[in-house]
This record gives sequence, C-alpha cells and structure tokens, in this order.
Amino acid sequence: MNSLSDFVLVSAMLFGIGIYGLVTKRNALRLLFAVELMINAANLNFIAFSQYAPFATPGTLLSNGVGQTFVLFSIALAAAEAAVILAIVVVAYRLHRDVDVSELNSMEG
Amino acid sequence: MADLIFLAMMVVTVGGALVALEADEIVYGAIGLAGSLFGVAALFFLLGAPYVAVFQITVYIGAVAVLILFTVMLVRTEKWAKEVPPKSLTKLSGILTGLAVAIALALAVVASDLSGDTSLQNTASFLDIGRLISTSFAPVLEVLAMVLAASIVGALTLSRVDKDEDETA
Repeated sequence: MNSLSDFVLVSAMLFGIGIYGLVTKRNALRLLFAVELMINAANLNFIAFSQYAPFATPGTLLSNGVGQTFVLFSIALAAAEAAVILAIVVVAYRLHRDVDVSELNSMEG
Repeated sequence: MADLIFLAMMVVTVGGALVALEADEIVYGAIGLAGSLFGVAALFFLLGAPYVAVFQITVYIGAVAVLILFTVMLVRTEKWAKEVPPKSLTKLSGILTGLAVAIALALAVVASDLSGDTSLQNTASFLDIGRLISTSFAPVLEVLAMVLAASIVGALTLSRVDKDEDETA
C-alpha cells in the first residue's frame, strides 16, 4: 500500500503545474484549466490526510468522513465557479472576438 | 499491484495536467484536463474514498469537462491556430515559480514523518458521510445550494443575448 507522502507529492506536482499555467498562459480557458488543477491538488490533500489521520475515530466529528465531506462541497463549489467563468468567457468572446486576457482591458482605469 | 496502479494513475494525472496546459489545440487541452481529473478520481479510489471518486467523475468529467468542450466549440477562432507563444522570460519565470512551490511542498513532506504512515487508518462508510452532511454540515449544504443557484442565475444572466443587442453585434 502506498504511504501518505506519495499522494501528497502527486498533489504538490499538480499544484506546481497549476501555478506554472497561471503565470505563463494568457488564454482565459487555459487559466481556467490551471485553476481546476490547483483545486484538484487541494482536494487530493484533503482526502489523503483524512484517510491517514492518526486521531480519526469512527463515528465522531474527527472521523475521516469530514475530509470527504469537505471535498464533496469543494467539488460542487468548483463546478459553480467553472460555470460562471465559462459564461464570462463566452461574453468576452462575443464582445471582443478574443479570449486573450491581456487584450481584455476595457475596464482598465 | 497497488503500487503499479498508483504509478499509472500518477502518470495519467500529471501527464494530463501537462497536456491540458501545453497542447497546441485547446480541444486536446480540454481532453487532457479530463484525463487528469480522471486520474485524481482514481487516486481517490486508491485512498479508500469511492463515493468522492464517483462524485468527482460525475461532476468533473460528466459536467465540467463537457461544458468546457462546448465552450471551446463556441469560441473557437482561427486566431488560436497561431496562438502567440509566451515570451521565453515569462515561460522561464513560470517554470521557476511552479518548481519552487512544488519543491517547497515536497521538501516539507519529506522533512515530516508522514512517510511512516503506510496504511489507511480507517475508511468512512457512505453512512458516515451522509450522516455528517445531514447533521453537522447541514447549514453548509444549504448555503452551497444557494451558491449553486446563484451561480446558475449569474451564468444565465451573463450569457443572455438581448434581441436588439444581437442585431447590432
């Protein structure tokens, strides 16, 4: 069986890739991809730590069901966020015929 | 055997993430993202959380990935075919930042004694999760329902096309 650190290392890699995407990409959809990857890295950590928590006792608030419950909420939130971002992308495309975030500066002061 | 599955899923997850960001065609990027999310779901299975894994597949691959694919089809232009590659300085700083964060997190893990834990302590049953959601976290569930409803209304309002606005566009 794999140890906890294996999963946390995979999560760290995902998070690093997400940050790389956020820094380098200018396409709004790629930025959404990067954010989704980072959210998934965080979710993976939640599940990993909850399954290995040494203080977890079944049936109490500290049981590892808490970590899974948090991730369920987190996934639902991420889905809502993705829906709004995609709507913004569609609107930006309709207004500018482009989804390059460095071109979308009409709100610049 | 579990090690082999873990390694394969790690490759799928990380490789899918790289494809999502680096594929030339953004459609392939969306598919790579779906692959990465599927890999994470498989890791959830390995961690003994099948309910969350199935939820992840349903919501992410079933809904979000399909939504992204439809958006890509709606906003695709020829312009993306010659998507301007980022300046090499931007790319270098991106790689360095990502590596720095990943290495810092990895070092923190290695320095701790987390690797001593080699087996699952206990796994929550569906009953545990259901009980938690409907008792301790019931208010959170209510708020989340409102957030979802608000986001749907917001997305619909954003993407609504007025008749006269459409004619001028």
